[in-house]
Amino acid sequence: MSVSKNWTVLAVPVISVLFGLLAGAIIMLVSGNDPAAGYAALWNGAFGDSFYTGETLRQMTPYVFAGLAVAFAFRTGLFNIGVEGQLLVGWLASVWVGLAFELPKFIHLPLAILAGAAAGAAWGFIPGFLKARLRVHEVIVTIMMNYTALHVTNYFIRDVISDGADATDPVHETASLQSEFLQSITDFSSLHNGIYLAVVAAILMWFMLEKTTLGYELRAVGYNQHASEYAGMSVNRNIILSMVISGAFAGIGGSMQGLGTFGNMFINSGFSGIGFDGIAVALLGGNTAIGVVLAALLFGALKVGSLNMPIESGVPNELVEIVIALIIFFVASSYMITWLLGRFKKKEAK
Amino acid sequence: MKKRNFGFAMSMVLAAGTILGACGGGEEADNNGGGNGGGESDKFTVGMVTDVGGVDDKSFNQSAWEGLQAFGKENDLEKGTDGFDYIQSKSDADYKTNLNTAVRNGFDLTYGIGYKLKPAIEEVAKQRKNSQFAIVDDVVEGLDNVTSITFKENEGSFLVGVVAGLQTKTDKVGFIGGVESELIDKFAGGFEAGVKAVNPDADVVIEYAGAFDKADKGQQMASAMYSSGADIIYHAAGGTGNGVFTEAKSLKQKDPSKEIWVIGVDRDQAEEGKVTAGGKEMNVTLTSMVKRVDLAVQDVATKAQNGEFPGGEVIEYGLEANGVSIAPTQDNLTEESKAAVQEWTDKIKNGEVKVPTKPSGK
Repeated sequence: MSVSKNWTVLAVPVISVLFGLLAGAIIMLVSGNDPAAGYAALWNGAFGDSFYTGETLRQMTPYVFAGLAVAFAFRTGLFNIGVEGQLLVGWLASVWVGLAFELPKFIHLPLAILAGAAAGAAWGFIPGFLKARLRVHEVIVTIMMNYTALHVTNYFIRDVISDGADATDPVHETASLQSEFLQSITDFSSLHNGIYLAVVAAILMWFMLEKTTLGYELRAVGYNQHASEYAGMSVNRNIILSMVISGAFAGIGGSMQGLGTFGNMFINSGFSGIGFDGIAVALLGGNTAIGVVLAALLFGALKVGSLNMPIESGVPNELVEIVIALIIFFVASSYMITWLLGRFKKKEAK
Repeated sequence: MKKRNFGFAMSMVLAAGTILGACGGGEEADNNGGGNGGGESDKFTVGMVTDVGGVDDKSFNQSAWEGLQAFGKENDLEKGTDGFDYIQSKSDADYKTNLNTAVRNGFDLTYGIGYKLKPAIEEVAKQRKNSQFAIVDDVVEGLDNVTSITFKENEGSFLVGVVAGLQTKTDKVGFIGGVESELIDKFAGGFEAGVKAVNPDADVVIEYAGAFDKADKGQQMASAMYSSGADIIYHAAGGTGNGVFTEAKSLKQKDPSKEIWVIGVDRDQAEEGKVTAGGKEMNVTLTSMVKRVDLAVQDVATKAQNGEFPGGEVIEYGLEANGVSIAPTQDNLTEESKAAVQEWTDKIKNGEVKVPTKPSGK
């Protein structure tokens, strides 16, 4: 029983992606484009040479954090849609610390990242607290908090950190995640040291959830609140804690952008989308640490590779977006695939 | 126990950061222009990287693309990596990737359209010293392989300001900017000065949408401005400005006798203002401030093709070289404003009038 269940867990996301690619191919075919050329361009644009591999890994880095954040909350039965906002405040906080202090690197960089984590955690604490104390649904609060974060960070960039400019200065070298070594082996891609942190964070989440009492309690609350309460666990405390840790992951995702990819922060006219994609990443990854890392890699590859599709294969941008959306659609409709698999097995049994 | 675990987690993050911090400095890399493969033909090829607006933004990305198409036509080039092509950016993180993709596809000259690409161009141009770049709307200093193309938007905006000042009935006109920045201030400053030059009593309301790609926001802001009594709105907001047209057109459809106008930007936007109201064809576009990004793009490409790439220079296109001007479609202009535009054009050209680059009070 448990073996076949594991098999389904793995099969569903893989089949989803294959369905998505297949549907994308059909659409390309119908609209008069060559799917083989399109996917070849996608592949080349994502892993074609060391530069693109570097860009894919760079794009994957914040996805890992966003995915972990969503997955972590989900394991406690919470739907954290506020990753986008937590990421923005984390981005701002780490850039701010990166600009405001002059410290040796071994203090400055961790401090900037911790500031990002703390800001994200604070942003996650609010919906967690409201949920625990007043039973306000976290989906509503986190969505609102996203907009609050967007406009608050824009205000801080324009009127507090800079004097009316639309971007901050680059962070000091001592707070930067950028790595000449990684750039040199990837032919000047913007890959930065954050990728190591992403891997560490994934291991950390696995360890926290699976190997500690804290993680056990969090998961228990996720499975059944009443049973956990009856067993003597504080449901409220675990809800808040889960949102705080989830927010911290998201906040570090923002640090990756601020200290690594961009090296500064600028006025965002809209959401970066990384937080929302994080939901899909977590879903595709089955809310497990390793799954999130793999799903983030896939999303990074799709995002970066798709940029290359129009110029190399002539597939229009709009189609590329449809193909990507289809893959997400099939991932989200995993229930359908589970059902299909079930039918398949029944027939086999007959 | 739990506390200890949490503390342990935090200290692991800290430790990781410390370790990573230590491996910061690596050896200096020296392989410039690594992937100059691609189109190895003797044709001169040009690529452009758009900002998030995309080539169909009905504004300056589109204008730049039209310039490239014109250049291609002139030189018998085809769209594609062997001729001319564009790469669209979907988010701010894509600029560097796309510029590198352009270099990798062997374009002899790559344009970055819009000031948002400045940091990306600076960085990529330093790394790919053998490739030529040009940035539109901003200045990159100290790099021999980058040309900076800028416009005197304040001069063109002054002229449409003159028109607005003369043709407003309510003595109240509006300005909707994309993102508040030095660049957009040039539009606002010139426009305001133009209005005040001919109509000192007129009120100029200046607002910013905070985005160049949010047509819905533009529509909301236009709706608020029109209902507060402004009858002419000048937008310098790219795709956001499309919402201003939408609002003006729907107001016109509800009440064809209502006198409201939009002043377009970057391209001749007469096309966007067409509306059928009360059974008649009308146009809500009063005129447009045309910024000839296409001419500039074509000009620099031609220079580069002839081996005279103006690397490291800043080229400023103003009224003088027709880099900015009032749109050719002037059906809705009164004779008085046409004459005034001519008069002020001469005054600016011969230096009698200095047009400010910032709105008053900044």
